[in-house]
Amino acid sequence: MPVSPLFTNAMPVDSEVESFAPLSARRLLILGGIGLILVGMIFGDIFAVFILHQNAARVGAGLAAAAHAALAGDSSAVLAYFQNVGGFLENRGTKVDTHVHMIDFGYLALMLAILQPWVAFTERAKRALAWVFLMGAGLLPAGVFLIHYVGLAYSPLKSIGWASICADVGGLLVLLSTVSVLVGLCKHRRAQDDSAPDALLADRSTPGRMLFAGGLVLVLLGFLHGAYYAALDLYQHEAQDYALLSQMTSGAAARDATLVDSALAGYGQLQGDKAVNIAAHAHSIEFGLLAMVLAFFQPYVSLSASWKRRWAAMLLLGSVLLPVFVLLELKYGLLAGGLADFGGLLVIVALLAMWIGILRYTGGLDAPRVTVEHRDAPR
Amino acid sequence: MSGSRRLLVLGGIALALWGMSYGLWYAIFAEHQALDSIGASLAAGFSASAQQDSGAGAASLRQYREAKYVYDRQVDVHGHWIGLAMLLIVLGIGFDRLELSRRPKFLLALGLLLGAATFPLGVLLQTVSHGPLARAVAIVGSAMILVSLAGSVWGLARSRTSV
Repeated sequence: MPVSPLFTNAMPVDSEVESFAPLSARRLLILGGIGLILVGMIFGDIFAVFILHQNAARVGAGLAAAAHAALAGDSSAVLAYFQNVGGFLENRGTKVDTHVHMIDFGYLALMLAILQPWVAFTERAKRALAWVFLMGAGLLPAGVFLIHYVGLAYSPLKSIGWASICADVGGLLVLLSTVSVLVGLCKHRRAQDDSAPDALLADRSTPGRMLFAGGLVLVLLGFLHGAYYAALDLYQHEAQDYALLSQMTSGAAARDATLVDSALAGYGQLQGDKAVNIAAHAHSIEFGLLAMVLAFFQPYVSLSASWKRRWAAMLLLGSVLLPVFVLLELKYGLLAGGLADFGGLLVIVALLAMWIGILRYTGGLDAPRVTVEHRDAPR
Repeated sequence: MSGSRRLLVLGGIALALWGMSYGLWYAIFAEHQALDSIGASLAAGFSASAQQDSGAGAASLRQYREAKYVYDRQVDVHGHWIGLAMLLIVLGIGFDRLELSRRPKFLLALGLLLGAATFPLGVLLQTVSHGPLARAVAIVGSAMILVSLAGSVWGLARSRTSV
């Protein structure tokens, strides 16, 4: 029985060349998916370092200015300050949405790549679906990013601008291509065709096992933290949010500056507490999922076994560091924030290394074909 | 494809589609209106307090609290449905790595799928009713996910598979 080159350094056999051919659905989805995750993460890191904290400070300052305008009895200034706060919040919200959607579409692309052998369509149809998916996955985050800058300019609708329309079209493209994949999977199930087991799923190499087990544990820890937060803090935080805003307005109505200022300080602290808990929960699960998905692609990472283990360990280390130090940010401030960003950087570097490894693998697959074509070309 | 793997993969894709459709509907028909309502009620509350009208200020803030409560949950539901769907798909693909017999594996898969569907549904129901039933649905759903995930970790830890 021939040993698959996925598990050795031998030349790839025809089935692998076929399933991972240039511009095949699987190759498009893997390279496009990891590319989307990388861009989404780098965007998130830039956003976290250069925009997030500054934006949060502006929102806090805007709210404080509005509260002090209310204290001074100036309602027109209150409205103006809230308009500014709305702008800052929209800026922040669209950046977060861009980051999250880009990464999540990347994950979905990788999962659809793994499922390709079970999708009962022709390779041409699968390739077309992969392109539609990737176009939608690029269009939605780009549209969401532009919402803050384009606004309602030239829009035919009352509350939805062109950027939102583009984002919605992107979402629709992703939706349609995913529906089609589901149809293909159901068709395959009806045909009961189990003739071609996928070598990717049979891999039990050390980095693959490290990533799958580590990822599953990270997901479980993320869920435990989320459940703990929901049970003990979520409702209390919601009640505090309302109570502090009420304290601000009643203090302003009573012209009591001390009450307003203490409510403002408490409100800032509360927002920080909420933000770190949600970020730790979300990042732990997202990184866990990423590790689990990447476990399946280890046979495609054309690097030496020791380097594959190092990159897998680095990805898991970064995936633990980021959520842990995000949680510690309120207590240890910038030091913890810096370590959290370092964790994010480790994940990005490890992911980039794996992506380069996969590119090397595609080079190995394509090179013999090019050589043959050269040899056969007329002189 | 084994029964548990099929349940997780097909159920996960169906749940992802459901979550995306919900998100698309929400982005087009509800999100902008919700954000406008949150911003307007908060501004009205502060504006009323500037005019020392405590009654109007309190009413506006109550409106803000309700709008924010609904908005937070609707966004959470979209995120959790899709996030859980992706977990189902990836776990389904790797489900044969678990060192468990067919029946416990199927039960774990069923628990994950039911939990992934009902936990966000319970959160969504909280926007309609503040009663204990909606909260109970969310708690039962999340408990099913946690137990099934812990079972999966245990199944993986039992695995003695070598290269």
